[in-house]
Amino acid sequence: MAKSVTQEFTKGLWAEIPPFRLVLGLCPVLAVTKSVENAIGMGVAVIFVLVGSNVLVSMLRKIIPSKVRIACFIIVVATFVTVVELLMQAYTYPLFLKLGIFIPLIVVNCILLGRAEAFAYKNGIISSFADGLGLGIGFTMSLTALAAIREVFGSGTFYGNQVFGPDFQPFNFMVEAPGAFVCLGLMLCVMNSIGKK
Amino acid sequence: MREMLKMIIVLTALCSFSGGLLAALRNETMEKIENQQLEFVKGPAIRNILKGSANDPIADRFKIKDGETEKSFFVGKFDGKAETVVFESTGKGFGGDIGLMVGVNVADDKIVGVGVTTHSETPGIGSRAQTDPRFAAQFKGLSLTGDFKVKNDGGQVDAISGATVTSKGIAVAVTEAAKTYTSLKPQLAEKLKGFK
Repeated sequence: MAKSVTQEFTKGLWAEIPPFRLVLGLCPVLAVTKSVENAIGMGVAVIFVLVGSNVLVSMLRKIIPSKVRIACFIIVVATFVTVVELLMQAYTYPLFLKLGIFIPLIVVNCILLGRAEAFAYKNGIISSFADGLGLGIGFTMSLTALAAIREVFGSGTFYGNQVFGPDFQPFNFMVEAPGAFVCLGLMLCVMNSIGKK
Repeated sequence: MREMLKMIIVLTALCSFSGGLLAALRNETMEKIENQQLEFVKGPAIRNILKGSANDPIADRFKIKDGETEKSFFVGKFDGKAETVVFESTGKGFGGDIGLMVGVNVADDKIVGVGVTTHSETPGIGSRAQTDPRFAAQFKGLSLTGDFKVKNDGGQVDAISGATVTSKGIAVAVTEAAKTYTSLKPQLAEKLKGFK
């Protein structure tokens, strides 16, 4: 193994932080970052699925024949996503109503398939776990950062609490889809310029 | 050949395992999910109609068979008497079905309140049926029997201006509720005795 377990974990937090470094899984990123609460909910769901699928794929990597590996990965990911969906409905129903279609859509999130294919299928259980956890937390952090910017400017709130006075005129553009692209673009720009130094 | 067999076995095993796991989880969470849906989708309307009841109407619910389907009834206790029930009915609105909770006092057959639960009406126009209490308040005190119509059609209630289709849909939902209530009243009275 080239890298230590700690390195596998920390690379997801900065060096390969999705979606800024690995520009993958943009669909939920753009859609759910209207508010910090949604972003954290989505992030937690992704952490669970990513860790679960990475560990399971890594456990089964010697059994899964390489010709049908993608089908197997999809089954594993879809199972974990459905588990999350059911649990969310049972315990955090209001959040489920807000995230709605984007929970089932985690199945087709490239990060999950990408990590299963590029990492878990080739590495041991512990480093796959670390990889999944690191990338999942990184993904949550990016979502939260993006959502914080959009929520503060777009609706003048943070995690549902007012930040500006009652006279604040919300900058609606930020919570619309184009605002998400612009915001993501600016974040990528900042990340890249920091990386160059 | 061996490889083919291995692929088939692995895929089948994985699929059955995942299917079994999900089925088990679904069974486990089914009741919980139903409660959550009641609480967050229908709960506000039910609690609003039965404001001030001594019990929890969502916990004190029962089902009665109405033809093929089962209908849920939510009981409200006032002054120690369980005489008020709330149940859901539907009518066709402008954008689709409108779910309507209708509360009725079994002692005098009068409507105690109505409230919209689910709808896909135009925001700001038809959706006022849910948010504007004045429209729903018109049904209060009317006898839950016969047909309900908006005043334009020679009925009892004023339509919401600009949202005639929605208002008519709600009137139809109340009419449906009256039919259900009339046909199920004997069973309903029987069940309510158990709450005293």
